[in-house]
Amino acid sequence: MAKADFEIPDIKNGVSVPAVKPGAMAHVKYHPASEAHLTKLGFPAKRVDNWKEVALAKMNELMGKYKSLSLFLDVCVKCGACADKCHYYLGTGDPNNMPVARQELMRKVYRKNFTLGGKLFGGLARAEDLTEEVLREWMAYFHQCSQCRRCSVFCPFGIDTAEISMAAREIMDSIGIGQKYTLEIIAKVHDTGNNLGIPKDALIGTLEFLEEDVKETTGVDVKFPLDQKGAEVMLIVPSADFFSSPHVDSLVGYAKVFHAAGISYTFSSHASEFANFGMFIGSYDNTKKIATRIADAGRDLGVKRIVVGECGHAYRVAYSFWNTLAGPFDYLDKNHSVPTHVCEFTDELLRRNALKLDKSANDEFTVTYHDSCNVARASRMGTEPGGQFEIPRNILKAVCNKYVEMDPEANREKTFCCGGGGGLLSDELLEVRVKGAAPKVSALKEVMDNQGVNTMAMICAICKAQFTKVLPYYDIPMEAVAGVHQLVSNAIQLGDK
Amino acid sequence: MATIQIAGKSIEVDEDGYLVNLDDWNEELANALAASEEVSMDPNRWEVVNFLREYYMEYKIAPMIRILTKEIGKKLGKEKGNTKYLYELFPGGPAKQACKIAGLPKPTGCV
Repeated sequence: MAKADFEIPDIKNGVSVPAVKPGAMAHVKYHPASEAHLTKLGFPAKRVDNWKEVALAKMNELMGKYKSLSLFLDVCVKCGACADKCHYYLGTGDPNNMPVARQELMRKVYRKNFTLGGKLFGGLARAEDLTEEVLREWMAYFHQCSQCRRCSVFCPFGIDTAEISMAAREIMDSIGIGQKYTLEIIAKVHDTGNNLGIPKDALIGTLEFLEEDVKETTGVDVKFPLDQKGAEVMLIVPSADFFSSPHVDSLVGYAKVFHAAGISYTFSSHASEFANFGMFIGSYDNTKKIATRIADAGRDLGVKRIVVGECGHAYRVAYSFWNTLAGPFDYLDKNHSVPTHVCEFTDELLRRNALKLDKSANDEFTVTYHDSCNVARASRMGTEPGGQFEIPRNILKAVCNKYVEMDPEANREKTFCCGGGGGLLSDELLEVRVKGAAPKVSALKEVMDNQGVNTMAMICAICKAQFTKVLPYYDIPMEAVAGVHQLVSNAIQLGDK
Repeated sequence: MATIQIAGKSIEVDEDGYLVNLDDWNEELANALAASEEVSMDPNRWEVVNFLREYYMEYKIAPMIRILTKEIGKKLGKEKGNTKYLYELFPGGPAKQACKIAGLPKPTGCV
């Protein structure tokens, strides 16, 4: 079991609602963003002198822009339905990790400054000014929200804490207080086209390596083309697919699917990243800039279709926001969805019997599926309601003989986040990540113990990196983590095309 | 910016302890960085660190893990060319911990 200098939640008997431990996670601090990154993203280089006025003006501006935000700040009736629904509360017991309390950190400032009752009666109306102490709470607890939206499923009013935490981060950035992890990554995308900062030459080398490697193992010339003008499809993947394991195994899977289907495709060196961390910090401008890179790349390459890889939050950005951020995508073929998720693409081929499969290639695996939050609760796949749940499962059942479902109370639309989403996948937040993973790991452990599961498949780069890191803290090997297209890759039979 | 003291010299590092100036790196410093990670350097670990540095000098980025495992398999024998073996050498992960000891920047992103 991996060592930790904090207590690992005990999941032997599942995860139950913990006793309240006030301030249990107040000590958590993220690394601050550098002046260079803040400036590059359009924020003040350091905390401005009149930070309180600037913050309140920003809050006012955001409530004007996003009706949802001002509605969410108004309508909560403190019913408590959300209180035990957040994985970070379940894993830490810190009451500020109850969604209602997290929202309240902003709501009390809203009351104090924007409502008559709050202005007149202050604390009696549960109103509080934006003090240094409140700001510290914002910094701590708006970075213990992975913006997974599970709480919103249970809220009778549909209040979405993700939107509040995005707004809080946007307000903090606007006064010159930013988080290193997300801001550094966004700056790298603006500079190099991807989160990792992979230069074009390195990308070329990596793709050539993969061609040779796949040729060695399969004997088939599977291509990994870059900047190929006139290709039918532009494939946009999270850049972790070009770097990490097991991410790369899904990348190989996508390439094999294109090969088997005989459909030409290309990666882009200008837009070598699907992830869009602009959403995590609630920055419209940065989200738009990243999305626009992709729209431009597709137009320049003259493709007819954009297919996107296994990345959860980016799929939310693409599915829900691309059109208004960077559309219209009028250069694409109208007969396909914009974007097309790679699972939708593969599923369509499976339905047409266009792929030859040998399921027994995955017989060493008993597989379950983890629904990634942004795919499950903020998008759809294919043409049918619930397609985002059924399509990846259809693929898994087509390529594996042994497939098992986890508890639906911890999956599908009620899925528990991996614990590392929303810009929290940073090493200094490891305690939050390990504890926040407890509810999902508990659901996994149940099917491992009782149904022989040894593999959890998923379609999100953050989930893959997070589980690879945190499962060993729960005595589960990191090899249990797999991409859906990694399993496709194992089973697919490549003939000559 | 934080600093660490090695052999009487003050070396600048970032919040996670990665070198700020790649030129500060030398073998003595690598041994000290490894010690701070509770890793003790041996010939096999040096193979990993040296390959990471060579690759970085050419491409300005650390190699994909698959490239690293294949290279290590070539150098140390096929049975060692896998992620599991690299985690045995560097329990903090071949990308993050080995890069730190090699004096390279911390890989960023969903990794």
